[in-house]
Amino acid sequence: MVQNIIDVKNLSKSFDISLKEPGFKGTIKHFFRRQTKSLRVIKDISFEIKEGEIVGFLGANGAGKTTILKMLCGLIYPSKGSILVSGYLPFMRKENFLKNITLIMGQKQQLIWDLPPIESFYLNASIYDLDKFEAKRRIKKLSDMLEIDKELFIPVRKLSLGQRMKSELLAALIHEPNILFLDEPTLGLDINAQRNLRKFLQKYNEETNATICLTSHYMKDITSLCKRVICVHEGSISYDGTLDLLLKKLSPFKEILIICRSEEDAIKLENFGFTVKNKIKNEITIKIENNSITSSLKTILNNFDIEDFFINEPPIDEIIGRVLSKKGYEI
Amino acid sequence: MKSNLIKSKIFTLLKVQYSNMLEYRVEIALWAISGIIPFFMLNIWTNNNLNESINISDVMLSRYFLCAFFVRQFSVVWVVFSFEEDSLMGKVSPYLIQPLNPFLRYFAQHLAEQITRFPFALIIAFFFFIFNPESLWIPNLGILFLSIVSTFLSFLIQFLIQSIVACLCFWTEKASSIERLLFIPTLFFSGLLAPVVSFPAYVKSWIYLTPFPYLIDFPANLLSGNETNISGGLSMQILWIFLLFPLFKKIWSEGTKKYTAMGS
Repeated sequence: MVQNIIDVKNLSKSFDISLKEPGFKGTIKHFFRRQTKSLRVIKDISFEIKEGEIVGFLGANGAGKTTILKMLCGLIYPSKGSILVSGYLPFMRKENFLKNITLIMGQKQQLIWDLPPIESFYLNASIYDLDKFEAKRRIKKLSDMLEIDKELFIPVRKLSLGQRMKSELLAALIHEPNILFLDEPTLGLDINAQRNLRKFLQKYNEETNATICLTSHYMKDITSLCKRVICVHEGSISYDGTLDLLLKKLSPFKEILIICRSEEDAIKLENFGFTVKNKIKNEITIKIENNSITSSLKTILNNFDIEDFFINEPPIDEIIGRVLSKKGYEI
Repeated sequence: MKSNLIKSKIFTLLKVQYSNMLEYRVEIALWAISGIIPFFMLNIWTNNNLNESINISDVMLSRYFLCAFFVRQFSVVWVVFSFEEDSLMGKVSPYLIQPLNPFLRYFAQHLAEQITRFPFALIIAFFFFIFNPESLWIPNLGILFLSIVSTFLSFLIQFLIQSIVACLCFWTEKASSIERLLFIPTLFFSGLLAPVVSFPAYVKSWIYLTPFPYLIDFPANLLSGNETNISGGLSMQILWIFLLFPLFKKIWSEGTKKYTAMGS
């Protein structure tokens, strides 16, 4: 049986924020009497993650995804509730715990800006108690996987964003962590760099059975990496389950574009009893429930003279967008 | 095995920070030159014969200010500014989840910078002796060793004081303004502008209860050969380190609970 590697129970986090009214009067008032308000950004959430899972955290800006990741990796202290990651309380930041995890934040870098990445790699290797031989072996292995080579010897400030991100990944993974916390790792990368990064993460997960917790606003990151997603809405979990089930729940229909040989056939099909979305001459688009697609298509092919048909998957960005934008959206 | 890994960690940290510092060698030369306040003070003291009031000869006074320059060069600390910037920009976050206290990085950065500064400080000393040949002296090896130790202890005290102030970033974000308040007593009571011996007796008795005279005055007097209580001075330096270190640990541990990882 696969063990839980992350166990979160009734977790909450509040931040004190200072409030300031606009204008000069507000500034003076703010100077003499500062008003603060406690903002509850995470509200009593619970979930478990199994070893080797890749879980995507979905949510609109400010929903609380990054705050959850920061608490999971021990960067910030929870206000209430309990977190166990790999058997450790993350905030205690025990050496063995820190050697097991990594956090990558898109566009936030740990590489030394004026030196080539290789220097930062050796520095990280020594911080994680790797000897030179082992460090060399891991740098070679990861740079092969990430397809970077001569970039290792160019000062970081001279690298492109994609090359820098790859180097960041290498620096963050040199200690071969079991748990990866990735906060928008593909932010700002071009399509090819995004694809390569996803490929790398997939491979890393397959080879090391590492657990990956990922937030991203790029749906492609989520769909190609995560089987399971956790949707966060205003600090609460609105959905925790497989991505497939989420999509089925949110979009139980598929759209099928049918091209009939004649317009008469299209008219006959229009009146057959299917839910018709639209019809233009001999082309008709119908909506069919996911669980009756095969039988419906059989009926259509047996009864009508069909030239061609296309099954359109519902656009995932649109579906997830609906979840993220609607207040209190029930899934 | 464990000690080898620690040695390798320290060595790599220093090596990488030294490479980084060499990228800024022109800046470091300028910083070294900008630390010549003691020479201006020497000029003011000797031109106004102020040294007569404290019974120090011109030669000893010029040696004192040269040593004050040297001690300052190798004990200057700016960790509060680095930490504040890193904290506001969210750069502290990746450091916090590594099995190495981020302040050790800053510590290595300072040491690396001191190594980079060394040749520039020697060049400045060389020119000082060209213009003041009568001040040239060679301290005996024992005194030189104790002065190096004392300068390092002075660096440790300043590093700990600034690190404590830097940790206030967890509460106030702009901790450097508090450091600026500390700069005033550091400037006046450390011996950078005048040897502490020149203060009135009742002021001196208070100054010696603070860490400030052990930052420059004591190591500079020791190196220049002026009369000083060596064991008393070194003991006070060690005492201040023992007082400041647990305070730093406590404030660090409380502060990290307050950390909100802003900017990241």
